[in-house]
Amino acid sequence: MSRELFKFKGGVHPPEHKAESTSRPIHAAPLPKKLVIPLRQHIGNPAKPVVEVGERVLKGQMIAAADGYISTAVHASSSGTVVAIDLQAVPHISGLPDLCITIETDGRDEWVAHAPLDYQAMEPSQLRMQLRDLGLAGLGGAVFPSAVKLDPGASHVCSTLIINGGECEPWITCDDMLMRHHADEILQGVAIMRHLLGSTDILVGIEDNKPEALDSMRSAAAKLDFAVEVVKVPARYPGGGAKQMIETLTGKQVPSGKLSTDIGIQVFNVGTSYALARAIHHGEPLISRLVTVTGHVLRPQNFEVLIGTPMHTLITLAGDRDGTTGVLMGGPMMGVPVPNLDVPVIKATNCILVKSKELFPPLPKALPCIRCTRCADACPAELQPQELFRFAKAGDFGRAQEYHLFDCIECGCCSYVCPSHIPLVDFYRYAKGEIWAREKDKRAADLARERHEFRQFRQEREKKEKAEKLAAKAQAKRAELAAAPAAEGAAVSDADAKKALIAAALARAQAKKSDAAPKNVDQLTPEQLHQIEEIEARRTKIRELARKPLESEEKKP
Amino acid sequence: MLAAIGVMAILAVAIGLVLGWSAIRFKVEGNPLAEKIDAILPQTQCGQCGFPGCRPYAEAIAKGEADINQCPPGGEEGVKKLAELLGVEPKPLDEAHGTPKPKSVAFIDEQTCIGCTLCIQACPVDAISGAAKQMHTIIAAECTGCELCLPPCPVDCISMVPIAEDLPHWKWKHPVVMMKKIAETEGA
Repeated sequence: MSRELFKFKGGVHPPEHKAESTSRPIHAAPLPKKLVIPLRQHIGNPAKPVVEVGERVLKGQMIAAADGYISTAVHASSSGTVVAIDLQAVPHISGLPDLCITIETDGRDEWVAHAPLDYQAMEPSQLRMQLRDLGLAGLGGAVFPSAVKLDPGASHVCSTLIINGGECEPWITCDDMLMRHHADEILQGVAIMRHLLGSTDILVGIEDNKPEALDSMRSAAAKLDFAVEVVKVPARYPGGGAKQMIETLTGKQVPSGKLSTDIGIQVFNVGTSYALARAIHHGEPLISRLVTVTGHVLRPQNFEVLIGTPMHTLITLAGDRDGTTGVLMGGPMMGVPVPNLDVPVIKATNCILVKSKELFPPLPKALPCIRCTRCADACPAELQPQELFRFAKAGDFGRAQEYHLFDCIECGCCSYVCPSHIPLVDFYRYAKGEIWAREKDKRAADLARERHEFRQFRQEREKKEKAEKLAAKAQAKRAELAAAPAAEGAAVSDADAKKALIAAALARAQAKKSDAAPKNVDQLTPEQLHQIEEIEARRTKIRELARKPLESEEKKP
Repeated sequence: MLAAIGVMAILAVAIGLVLGWSAIRFKVEGNPLAEKIDAILPQTQCGQCGFPGCRPYAEAIAKGEADINQCPPGGEEGVKKLAELLGVEPKPLDEAHGTPKPKSVAFIDEQTCIGCTLCIQACPVDAISGAAKQMHTIIAAECTGCELCLPPCPVDCISMVPIAEDLPHWKWKHPVVMMKKIAETEGA
């Protein structure tokens, strides 16, 4: 099988460091005493807890449900008791805690009732809902809910399905190991994707530095009853990025600001495909994944890890060494430093990379940008990183957007080649964050303006309505009064009518007052009655006093 | 000579008609400058500028009756944007109108609230829900943090809570890059 391959622009060749962790077989990490399962592991709305503290949960039981369309469920990775639903440290660059469900495991690892799904007999939308409830999300790094990606929509035709086995980032080998050992199951997942998307062209892209994975996938693909082309692509970072993989395999470029589905292509990671096969053919939700533990450890290798396992247990298993200078979640190019080692493994954790001074010498201090444009040559998104850096640094975010800041995939090629060692990607992340924050502020301001304007409109309307009502009432009264004297044949002036109105209103008020009897004067002792009489007498006296000056004033004119 | 005068007269009438027609046809409703200024203002509707809301302040700026440095919620950045729009020099915020505070939302202590509805009447964006003799509560997503509900409360049960930074609101900070001095490099 030979296929014409295309070349994406830019890219770099960092040292691969893959052999370290592929020499040992996959081990299942032991069950930890405590599982900390974050509710925000995927893109979209965080899952909503459906269990309570103190509740016993079984392995695979849904503990938090998807909230909205772009969201996915979260499950208990083992049986035990929910001991807390609170803020816990999570693997995020900010080091801020997030809402997690903590489960104290009972060691029995007791499964909830689960059964395979007959996906061919199911309604596609119903199947997607099931996948959402099984917690499926993209395991390549973005953790986008898979159920959403498996919806071809009304107008889109996903004729091409690409299974991404690129794994271009140095040190990481979990996809490689998965393809070596679970090729059949990965392709079972592909069959389900094909069923949902109606794809006719199915390609598996694997970089040429993984010959074992290529062989294993090719022999598995040969056994299938539909055509899957396993393509060897040249290893070049970031060749495993979705957009780069699409370009390498098809020669098509995803237009700026568009999705790959707009050009009829959908891309899934091999890990996602494997998880999909486990979900459909075994009814198992996404509760574990392969994690590469490598770098400055004694035995770099891949583990099958339950989601929620603390990272330090994995590093201990792989043999921790002295001289650790930090831990990254992910690879050296795009990985994020973890704030502490108690943070759990989440759906996005493909690698735990332990750093040391020898393997990752600290970067020299940055020098000013000399505009050598080496970054522009390396940028796979065909951007002008030196310009983006200038605008981001100066806070000129509008210009940064004009230079297609949002096409940046944050792959880190520019920082890697920069002779001045400027952390360029950090500037782009900062600029993106600022732009999002400003858009959010703008939306909030628009909402406030709208509500304020509506409030003013409402107050105006209420005032008008009240005035109209009063006017109508006065008109009716006047007409009524005018009718009575008219019968007597006397013309009534406006002033007289007004006086009559006031007199009538006063009479009504008096009548109302006398009607309202005090409620607490039944069954009183003579003493109390006497007190009341005294008070009443005082009141009449005061009233008389109050009326006197008024009367004297009336006499004057 | 007569022909020239005639031509000029006809031209004048024709151009006058076109101008008159376009003045009616392309009439701009409202003040476009005030609209632009209003778009920059933060819409807190707090009245700290001395005007009853952001729109009146925008109109006053457009007419040249108010200065651009009277909006504390907009901060220095807001002043800068206004200066850029109006082509004037930015100036520091006028302290007389208050100082910028961290973004906050109002919070009603529901144990103390007596349900008097005074805060509901004061809220410029209808972000308080409640009724007479019923407990009131703030709709946090719609609160602009203007503090106008604080003074009318007879039992002082409303407090301003600064918005804490949590994960969904977190954003990347400006990278602090230790730039190496050129002299240092040359020395080495």
